[in-house]
Amino acid sequence: MARVVVDVMLKPEILDPQGKAVHGALPRLGVSGVVDVRQGKRFELEVDELSDERLAQIHDIAEKLLSNPVIEDYRVHVEEQA
Amino acid sequence: MKIGVVTFPGSLDDVDAQRAVDVAGAEAIALWHDEHDLRGVDAVVLPGGFSYGDYLRCGAISRFSPIMTEVIEAAGKGMPVLGICNGFQILTESHLLPGALLRNDGLKFVCRDQRLRIENTQTPWTSDYADGAEITVVLKSGEGKYVADEDTLDRLEGEGRVVARYLDVNPNGSLRDIAGVSNERGNVVGLMPHPEHAVEDLCGPGVDGLAFFTSAVSQLLRA
Repeated sequence: MARVVVDVMLKPEILDPQGKAVHGALPRLGVSGVVDVRQGKRFELEVDELSDERLAQIHDIAEKLLSNPVIEDYRVHVEEQA
Repeated sequence: MKIGVVTFPGSLDDVDAQRAVDVAGAEAIALWHDEHDLRGVDAVVLPGGFSYGDYLRCGAISRFSPIMTEVIEAAGKGMPVLGICNGFQILTESHLLPGALLRNDGLKFVCRDQRLRIENTQTPWTSDYADGAEITVVLKSGEGKYVADEDTLDRLEGEGRVVARYLDVNPNGSLRDIAGVSNERGNVVGLMPHPEHAVEDLCGPGVDGLAFFTSAVSQLLRA
């Protein structure tokens, strides 16, 4: 078993109103010095075994389903088992 | 004359869309997301709602439903397809239309009677409108902000593929006030506001939306 993580973020040029709203709440916590917040999604895919073929398949899933390449970028990494 | 209306899990406006088709003088055919069958329809409407609860991204999961394989193939052959609201989102996720729809600026769900200008009356869904017609229909969406990169926007404008534009106010931050666009051929149209809620005087802000459906009927009769 292995865990592959796909992180999906809005492209830098796309305004993120949710991140902005979160950022706007920080002063209410007494927090200052955080200059920007961007919100994204994290997917954890549990796979029976890891192979190049499997990773290529996950890249395909990330591009076709988990992200929308018009507005989002994705990153795939394998999580080390504890 | 048969116009199909697809019901996905979480579609809300499928029955209103069917009614609009009936009022326009065509036969509404209910289509089911889980079937590979367009039941011999001449055109397809993807209705509004919250298919799959808007999980992942609006329209992202519906895009992979069995019926969409058929809709994408038929659209490629020139069948008129109209996506309203969530249907528009499904069409962009299917890459039948360029761009994407994002969370409204201001984060609020917007529900209002919205004025629009019909910018292109050459599509099978807008041919019954006069050039530059200004209409009022309901807008009700939380993720209606139309975005695309500058090159795509310039191309859409240049090719007359901006089908409808918001008037008076830009309710959601859509780039260049875009409320609806078409594909290159013009047969596939996506629209954020809801013409199907404006087809009878009894409810809604009037009957300004009806021409979307009568246009398709006239076009199909001519074909």
